[in-house]
Amino acid sequence: MPRTPMPEREGRLRALDFEEVNLGYTDQLAILEATRCLQCARPVCVDGCPVGVKINDFVAAVADGRFDEAGRIVATDNSLPAVCGRVCPQEIQCEGACVMGRRSSPIAIGHLERFVADRARGRGGEQAPATAPSGWSVAIVGSGPAGLACAADLSRLGHDVTVYEALHEAGGVLVYGIPEYRLPTAVVEAEVGRLEEMGVVFELNAPIGRAESIDDLLDRHDAVFIGIGAGLPRFLEVPGEHLVGVQSANEFLTRVNLMGANRSDAETPVLVGKRVAVIGGGNTALDAVRTALRAGADSATVYYRRTEDEMPARREEIRHAREEGVHFEFLLNPVGFGGSERVETMELVRMRQTEPGDDGRRSVEPIEGSEVAVPVDTVVVAVGNAPNPMLSGTPDLTMSRRGTIVTDEVGMTDKPGVFAGGDIVTGGATVILAMGAGRRAAQGIDAFLRSGALVEID
Amino acid sequence: MEGVYRILSAEIIGPDVKRFEVQAPRVARYWKPGQFVILRAIEDGERIPLTVVEADPEFGVIVLIVQGVGKTTRTLNSLSEGDMIPDVAGPLGSPSDIEMFGTVAVIGGGVGTAIAYPTARALAEAGNRVVTIVGARTSDLLILVDELEAVADTVIVTTDDGTAGRAGFVTDALADVIAERRVDRVIAIGPLPMMAAVSALTLPHEIPTVVSLNPIMVDGTGMCGGCRVSVSGETKFACVDGPEFDAHGVDFELLAARNSSYCEFERRRLAEMGEK
Repeated sequence: MPRTPMPEREGRLRALDFEEVNLGYTDQLAILEATRCLQCARPVCVDGCPVGVKINDFVAAVADGRFDEAGRIVATDNSLPAVCGRVCPQEIQCEGACVMGRRSSPIAIGHLERFVADRARGRGGEQAPATAPSGWSVAIVGSGPAGLACAADLSRLGHDVTVYEALHEAGGVLVYGIPEYRLPTAVVEAEVGRLEEMGVVFELNAPIGRAESIDDLLDRHDAVFIGIGAGLPRFLEVPGEHLVGVQSANEFLTRVNLMGANRSDAETPVLVGKRVAVIGGGNTALDAVRTALRAGADSATVYYRRTEDEMPARREEIRHAREEGVHFEFLLNPVGFGGSERVETMELVRMRQTEPGDDGRRSVEPIEGSEVAVPVDTVVVAVGNAPNPMLSGTPDLTMSRRGTIVTDEVGMTDKPGVFAGGDIVTGGATVILAMGAGRRAAQGIDAFLRSGALVEID
Repeated sequence: MEGVYRILSAEIIGPDVKRFEVQAPRVARYWKPGQFVILRAIEDGERIPLTVVEADPEFGVIVLIVQGVGKTTRTLNSLSEGDMIPDVAGPLGSPSDIEMFGTVAVIGGGVGTAIAYPTARALAEAGNRVVTIVGARTSDLLILVDELEAVADTVIVTTDDGTAGRAGFVTDALADVIAERRVDRVIAIGPLPMMAAVSALTLPHEIPTVVSLNPIMVDGTGMCGGCRVSVSGETKFACVDGPEFDAHGVDFELLAARNSSYCEFERRRLAEMGEK
């Protein structure tokens, strides 16, 4: 029996607006897909999940039509299931491990997770059992996936939680980065609302590091979790990169996602232009290129210096982008931009793959004299992000040369009582890994508070 | 703690220029001279950076001086006492370097004077001899002259049309100051052409010169890269590395071009605003 396809809107049509691409399983489709599961004695899919969701159990519950129970099972291990069902790279995690993948195609675990989470949200969300108040208070810096997951667990453990966010909306990359058609803001708002109902306090417009320091937070709270992400955009450092019309993916996506620049009555502008070139091969590059089409570009092209096989983006995003009319150009790397004030051309050099090295991985090198120039109206640079710099210089907080924060296995930094997790520790990674780190740190913080170590510090 | 940003007073201090006292306890408590806020004038509004003129940590109040040039600043200037500002995030940016330098010339052009004032005051408090040069197109546009006279050793006023102080540009006055005495440091804040001219003037004299830049910004936390400026050939983000930079390294031409990115959009929005 083949995998049950996700109902989705037609490519060319959906490229005209920001409505969600995937429509979600119906009850019947979800049951149909869940019954494909073999219920392995040793469920390897669970090993493939960074937060260890009991996938076999929740899929069995879906197959039986026990959707509420399925929702509860997922919620035990995943505090943001509606988000993860939509944005996790399942093909290299749970679904990549699924034994059905060897025979035909893996169980659509991501689609099923989204199904149960959306149903639970429709009922007002999965309520975790209340715990007796511990009397301890924890500050969380940053309201992205790591911070939200950490907040959810700490709150369940009975601690008072305050989340500090520099922007005017909570959600971090989930609201400024990932586009509406892939992750509706309403989904994130519901998750944040659920945390508020649990008693988590959100302080917006609070740029920690410029306003309160970490030490100021320690005066007010018993422990601190830092989840400020990797938000500092990298540029190509090639000539002409400062021309008007060349922008980072963060800027382009923030203007559209957070500030609504695509709306006709928008207060915030965004430069789109007729011909948009996006540089990079990750999910952010694909978010930018598909957003460009939706924001009115005539043509939108991804330029990636390696080949399609090496693209770090989710396969579903690549397929969706093609269906919507996105062009792909591989083995081309920008070496400069031309134009007077505004960017008009992009110069590229053709790359070739080298023989696989000792690690078996092919690298690329430029082919001399192969430069070509293409006309462009705007360029979006999506070649990765460096760690957020807002807390660099915090006393006793050890940072690597790359600017990431150094922690032990439970997420504690060298500064007692201060924990960190997510992209600020690992460098740019995924939503689910950040969530997993937030959850581990919540356990670490709980153990730290209950160990009595706090008294020694005071 | 936060979330309510009430305007406690609003006063017109010049043509299209308004002085606001705004309740913003977090900013007021942690702000240092040179730092700024990012605010939205209305829900769904654009985020714009504005420099803080003064802060009262005890009462949780900050002072902003706003010149109505774009849609957001004009909307802001239509607000009055008792109105709410939906979002005021800050403080942001790195504070001004305040040390004992010796004699410091602090130059404010137009509403740039609002940014120069707190730095001049802090430098005076740190023991520097502060010579202030305040310039504007015409006398109506001069601001904070009395306040500066209270903190600076000398205040020189210039207007392009000669309606107040000496006729001419701030650079004319600065050239005279440099000719008369040793100047250890120059700080210039105002329109880009003015800052570029000051920088060009002090370069041959090898006087360390600092300018406060005002590029386009969205988040103000190092995330969008829209505020990137080229300083001594290096890419810097004004929101986290600045807003103050070594004037002699700044590529002013590039910054002027980048600041014009959304001119067309801004013109259209202003036209629509006029029709309403």
